[in-house]
Amino acid sequence: MRRWLLWLPLLALLVVLGFAARELMKPADRTVYSAMVGQPVPDFALPPLVPGKPGVAAAEFRAGQPRLINIFASWCIPCIAEAPQLMRLKEMGVPIEGIAIRDTPSAVTAFLARNGDPYRAIGDDKVSRVQLSLGSSGVPETFIIDGQGKIVKQHVGDIRADEVDAIYQAWRAAR
Amino acid sequence: MRRAALLALLLCAAPAAADSGLPPAALAYTQLPDAAQEAKAKALMETVRCVVCQGQSIADSDADMAGDMRAMIRQRIAAGETPAQIRKWLIARYGDYITYDPPLSAVTLPLWLAPLVLLGLGAWIARASFRRRRRTNE
Repeated sequence: MRRWLLWLPLLALLVVLGFAARELMKPADRTVYSAMVGQPVPDFALPPLVPGKPGVAAAEFRAGQPRLINIFASWCIPCIAEAPQLMRLKEMGVPIEGIAIRDTPSAVTAFLARNGDPYRAIGDDKVSRVQLSLGSSGVPETFIIDGQGKIVKQHVGDIRADEVDAIYQAWRAAR
Repeated sequence: MRRAALLALLLCAAPAAADSGLPPAALAYTQLPDAAQEAKAKALMETVRCVVCQGQSIADSDADMAGDMRAMIRQRIAAGETPAQIRKWLIARYGDYITYDPPLSAVTLPLWLAPLVLLGLGAWIARASFRRRRRTNE
């Protein structure tokens, strides 16, 4: 047997160690992204949740105007942190459709009274059905929809203050 | 004194609620009346990853979203869909990550080929060492 073959196991060990070290230094992104980006929004129609605000229907999304779908819940803490950014986007003229996950009218009304109301409409998704059909893995999440009803971008987690401009630009580009 | 005050603060801290207050979906914790359908649904649930807990299957998780996924799977099975159709629907939403039964693709190819390669390597090493032993015995 050739001598150099003896070093092969050590080499294999070093490769494994190197791989482990790299993963430790720079852990892989464990965020679950939707595979629906680039696809049309799946058809759905959610009933309204709070009085005075319409529900959300996917059919409206093909009417030519790009918009944001914000998946949120009154019981979601990061959604409170995200609220000022959504208010800013609303002031910049971005229409935002809310999808409330597993929520009640009174809880959402109180949430909006406390944190501001950036939503044009709010759909009631009691058993996360629409959330699952969008490939969303939690709250809050934001999808940018173009004028033809296609999903062009997904933002997982709350929108931070320094991310508002990028979201706005992506919304403008979706026209 | 300060430590006691801190401890008191800790004790009265309210845990942050990460789940909704709504009751679980109708079929999240209830089996289907048809045992054969329930068995199919259960087998599928055990291979679907919970996207909020990531290390668990939705059959193992008490997260709201896992419950909603279980309810959806049971409802669809009861409506006559096959587990393969539902798995395809989930993969179209979340990618291959959602299933614990990864389909054969360019990325998963090493997973399927590695055992065969290792087996071949073992046979080759064994052959070489047996041959050497025979030679020393002679």
